[in-house]
Amino acid sequence: MNAHAQWIAFKTIVLKEILRFSRIWIQTILPPMITTSLYFIIFGGLIGGRIGEMEGIRYMDFIVPGLIMMAVITNAYSNVVSSFYSSKFQRHLEEMLVSPVPNYLIILGFVGGGVARGLAVGAGVTLVSMFFSPLTIHDPLVAGTVVLLTAVLFSLAGLINGVFARSFDDISIVPTFVLTPLTYLGGVFYSITLLPPFWQDVSLLNPILYMINAFRYGFIGLSDMGLALSYGIILGFVLVLFMTALYLLDRGVGIRN
Amino acid sequence: MPSALSIRQLTKTYRNGFEALKGIDLDVEPGDFFALLGPNGAGKSTTISIVASLVNKSGGSVSIFGHDLDRDIHAAKRCLGLVPQEFNFNVFEPVEEIVVNQAGYYGIPRREAWKRAEKYLVELGLWDKRKGMARMLSGGMKRRLMIARALVHEPRLLILDEPTAGVDIEIRRSMWSFLRELNREGCTIILTTHYLEEAESLCRHIGIIDQGRIIENTTMKGLLSKLTTETFILDLSEPLMHLPDLPHHRLRWVDELTLEADVDRDTSLNQLFLDLNRQGIQVRSMRNKSNRLEELFMHMVNGSRNP
Repeated sequence: MNAHAQWIAFKTIVLKEILRFSRIWIQTILPPMITTSLYFIIFGGLIGGRIGEMEGIRYMDFIVPGLIMMAVITNAYSNVVSSFYSSKFQRHLEEMLVSPVPNYLIILGFVGGGVARGLAVGAGVTLVSMFFSPLTIHDPLVAGTVVLLTAVLFSLAGLINGVFARSFDDISIVPTFVLTPLTYLGGVFYSITLLPPFWQDVSLLNPILYMINAFRYGFIGLSDMGLALSYGIILGFVLVLFMTALYLLDRGVGIRN
Repeated sequence: MPSALSIRQLTKTYRNGFEALKGIDLDVEPGDFFALLGPNGAGKSTTISIVASLVNKSGGSVSIFGHDLDRDIHAAKRCLGLVPQEFNFNVFEPVEEIVVNQAGYYGIPRREAWKRAEKYLVELGLWDKRKGMARMLSGGMKRRLMIARALVHEPRLLILDEPTAGVDIEIRRSMWSFLRELNREGCTIILTTHYLEEAESLCRHIGIIDQGRIIENTTMKGLLSKLTTETFILDLSEPLMHLPDLPHHRLRWVDELTLEADVDRDTSLNQLFLDLNRQGIQVRSMRNKSNRLEELFMHMVNGSRNP
């Protein structure tokens, strides 16, 4: 396939993915916005008022970037894992496998869909947050690149989960037992400086901590972690996950007998 | 001109040790209408899945119009359209999007894809259903949707794996005429089917596969000429109380109004009727006991299993 044909194929997969989650927006877009609104009301409004300030910033303003990022992470991941597994389960992934679309384009297409949903939900949550906290973006470039790369990263992770999944149970295990705990412990609701030294060191092993802090820096100019280190970790994960996904598809793991 | 499909020493052993293909050689010439027949589990679908890159082969080589699957897979895939045995589209997508998206995977621009989708949906009688979700289609419509999808990139080789399974006679006949026309326009077609009259009616060449091996690969005429005896069922005008003794024919008494007659290929039917007439037996109608190809097929498959 020449470059133009590949571009058309890529656009086709991304558009198909966007239409897929848009058709069922009541299941895909609305629930995370409602859930996050509840976080704003309960943690930011009701409890946050008693907590006071976090790192010298109003608690509600502190949690906004983390909650946006949490929505992006969860939705980018769940979009790709469910879409990829469904296409395997219903066998319509074969539509792409019989065509000359290279495997890296299949990966990029699904990732494009995951990023689109992650960012759409992230944008929705940002809009909701404006009812509770004034929108100020300290560094738009950092905020934009971090949210984009994080959505890419978790879309890739979702795709790898989808490759290995053999049942619908398998696509909920990682989000439930890995992703959610890591996100909650990744500094969405607190600064790790509040933790005892041992748990601060343990927290440093959590890659989501770096993403949330880098995004928080882009939003409100506050971060527990160095920006360069955060970018390095995010980009490193993106590269490793992409190469892993490509290897799996090239070998036909989970998709070809 | 290279073969439309060339398979050499193709083997497939599944992880559980099952040897599905044991060294298949097969050539299908451009423009042919080829029937690949075999009993369930013979290896037809495995062969097709390997050709369509849906299953990894264990050994051997496959090339489509000269493009080797190992060395030039993208060019090979561009030449191939596949209509699989089982429905494999997203039932929650609109019909037209399924076809247009498939064109997109081949790099066909969106505007052109819509035009082609319209052409094939109209030809296959699905245009009125284009906006509806695929899950709302009947079984026959779903099969036709898969044909439209397989044709949207205008492949030179179309493989249909039991395309008329579960389809009513009227739609089956319309699909036959559509496929005949497609073949006339130059598209090479490979068909697997369990309806042997379908293969006999449509195909010029035939390959029979059994237990992972090709046991016959010839022209349809050549194959049918191997049939030495045909069995006819004769419906009689008047009841017959005993089996008549005809010197040149083997007759069996089915009931008082029905006889079965084995007629050798070198004996004319006129002789049979002449002999029956001499005995005062009037035949109201007659028909083949089974499809001619079916008789041969059963004979060959049984022969390959009990040599």
